[in-house]
Amino acid sequence: MGNIWGCLAPWHRSSLPAGLPHCNTPRSLLQINDSLITTYRDHCHNLTRGGSVFDTMSELFGRATGTTRGIGGSMHMYNKAENFYGGNGIVGSGIPNGAGIAFAHKYRMEPNVCVTMYGDGAANQGQKYEALNLAALWELPCIFVCENNHYGMGTAEWRAAKSSQFFTRGDYIPGIKADGMDVLAVKQVTQFAKQYALDKGPIILELDTYRYHGHSMSDPGSTYRTRDEINVMRQSRDPIDRVKKLLLEAGVPPEDIKKTEKDMKKEVDDAIAEAKKAPEPPLTWMWRNVYANPASCTLRDVGGRYVTPVHDSHYKDLQQIA
Amino acid sequence: MILQPSSRLSIGFGIGLALRRQHSRPAEHVALQASRHDEATNISAPAKHSPQNSRVAHMNMANAVHSALEAAMELEPKSCVFGEDVAFGGVFRCTVGLQSRFGKNRCFNTPLSEQGIVGFGIGLAAMGWKAICEIQFADYIYPAFDQMVNEAAKYRYRSGGMYNVGGLTLRAPYGAVGHGGAYHSQSPESFFCHVPGLKVVIPSSPMEAKGLLLASIFEPDPVVFFEPKMMYRTSAEDVPTGSFTIPLGKARVISTGQDITLVGWGQQVVVLMEAAKLAKQEGVSCEIIDLRTLQPWDRETVIASVEKTGRLLVSHEAPLTGGFGAELVAEVTKKAFTSLLSPPVRVCGMDTPFPLVLESIYLPSALRVLEAIKSSVLY
Repeated sequence: MGNIWGCLAPWHRSSLPAGLPHCNTPRSLLQINDSLITTYRDHCHNLTRGGSVFDTMSELFGRATGTTRGIGGSMHMYNKAENFYGGNGIVGSGIPNGAGIAFAHKYRMEPNVCVTMYGDGAANQGQKYEALNLAALWELPCIFVCENNHYGMGTAEWRAAKSSQFFTRGDYIPGIKADGMDVLAVKQVTQFAKQYALDKGPIILELDTYRYHGHSMSDPGSTYRTRDEINVMRQSRDPIDRVKKLLLEAGVPPEDIKKTEKDMKKEVDDAIAEAKKAPEPPLTWMWRNVYANPASCTLRDVGGRYVTPVHDSHYKDLQQIA
Repeated sequence: MILQPSSRLSIGFGIGLALRRQHSRPAEHVALQASRHDEATNISAPAKHSPQNSRVAHMNMANAVHSALEAAMELEPKSCVFGEDVAFGGVFRCTVGLQSRFGKNRCFNTPLSEQGIVGFGIGLAAMGWKAICEIQFADYIYPAFDQMVNEAAKYRYRSGGMYNVGGLTLRAPYGAVGHGGAYHSQSPESFFCHVPGLKVVIPSSPMEAKGLLLASIFEPDPVVFFEPKMMYRTSAEDVPTGSFTIPLGKARVISTGQDITLVGWGQQVVVLMEAAKLAKQEGVSCEIIDLRTLQPWDRETVIASVEKTGRLLVSHEAPLTGGFGAELVAEVTKKAFTSLLSPPVRVCGMDTPFPLVLESIYLPSALRVLEAIKSSVLY
């Protein structure tokens, strides 16, 4: 996935969100009423769940026009209207949350699932196994998706896990492995998984993918793997190049593809420029949303002065400063 | 009424405040003492050691931590350093070369499992090893919190002294770093101070880091060692290349003064020094104390200082409510009540989750400390 924290370079949409779009017709493809919860690599998911490049970049720059008003930052993008539950900074923390969300869908008898995403690093967290047990025990419509990019930051999967067959680590929960860098494969496997989850209960998808860049801006990405490996992946398995090839083979004129690329690049560049000009959050937003009813619990500032913040989840004063 | 900080207060801490300490502080050359022979658990003392304090090197805190770990692993063959990504050197380069020097059985990576890391370390320590575990950021310590509170802290007590995990040292980088946000900037020290059975140590310079870490590793009680991550690169001084320890439970008086006692730890000590400099220009003389060990903290030094100055200011990055400053203020108020000329004050992080872009507003900066010093003095 071409997700880079705070990076200004134009970035690719990964195959994963492209394969999990909302789609109106077949019930088995993910819809906007299916919940999604993921890790800190949430930027692309934000785009597929109601976000725009502008509000994503604004959030990365910490501006008031960002997805979460500049308060959440790179790791915390959400969209309530489109059932996107973020955006979790702590590794593995979203997995039990996803089981809970799936429970709500089942309880309300909705034909919806919760897609709960995590990485190969998080696959070794205890809370994941607690969540799997709960989901299987109560037959929750939860699709556990392991985005296996083979490195937990600097540690290769074979050095962190006794078994790196992550789709088998659900024990009594069935699993499927698919090529996460192939849009159509991801689409097919998601279709199957949703059907399964609604009918029978939890399922694990392991999507084999790769991370070209380092884990974050602080990680060069080359101290634990060779540049050759990265190049080979980029040349042979890049999801966007594959889609381009398929389109060309299907007879789409190359000029159209070039034009689309150019338009997208312009869209991203424009959004970045706009986002750079956006205002920062006002200082009063520091106190927002610590508690539901702040009047009952006064907060104190640096010098011990009491502050009674005002609760406003719609951030009405955004109109005033924008 | 909603707080509207004035512009002068919004200058704040800033990113990468690099206060280099130019002078070489006189080192407390305490020879590494043989730890007690504990028959029940076979923690053996290092057999031979002589302090080689004649050679010094200019080190930053990451180098100093590395130096301490290397020295400890040399002195104690039954010691292991482990955690996430430590084998290639760690995310802050504190463990560079340890695996190649001491082998894969003594310095190794763990999977991404904090509870597992610490639980495993506790078991190893119960067998008499020095288990030096690293939690990559203090923000991730919470899955391990149960193990620390319910196992590590209580092992000796609940087994009637039969077993203990004194060999456990939990290291974690903590504190604001300028761009850390909610999950790379937390200061969880007060949670651990509240647990009888654990010790909490926080260095404020490379020299302190090396001496305190060596002392913590050889301490016969489990120690939580928080390293101020901002200082890994921004602080540097001459540090002896040999082994030495700085005693736990003893605070350091950084500079003496007459008008007010400022107490802090870790990175905040640098902020207090900055505030004291500004206060001096306004004619206020500050005594600065670096607490070093929070649990158990050096009551004698702090109370003696407050009895002299009559005023106390405690400052930490962690949020104000329930922060460790409350413990200090409560105890000092009780013990030095008649010496106090003004109420003790705390200048701490705000009672909100650690913010991202608003970090400089959140932090107890030098100017805010100065404001509190002045209002204390003018009380």
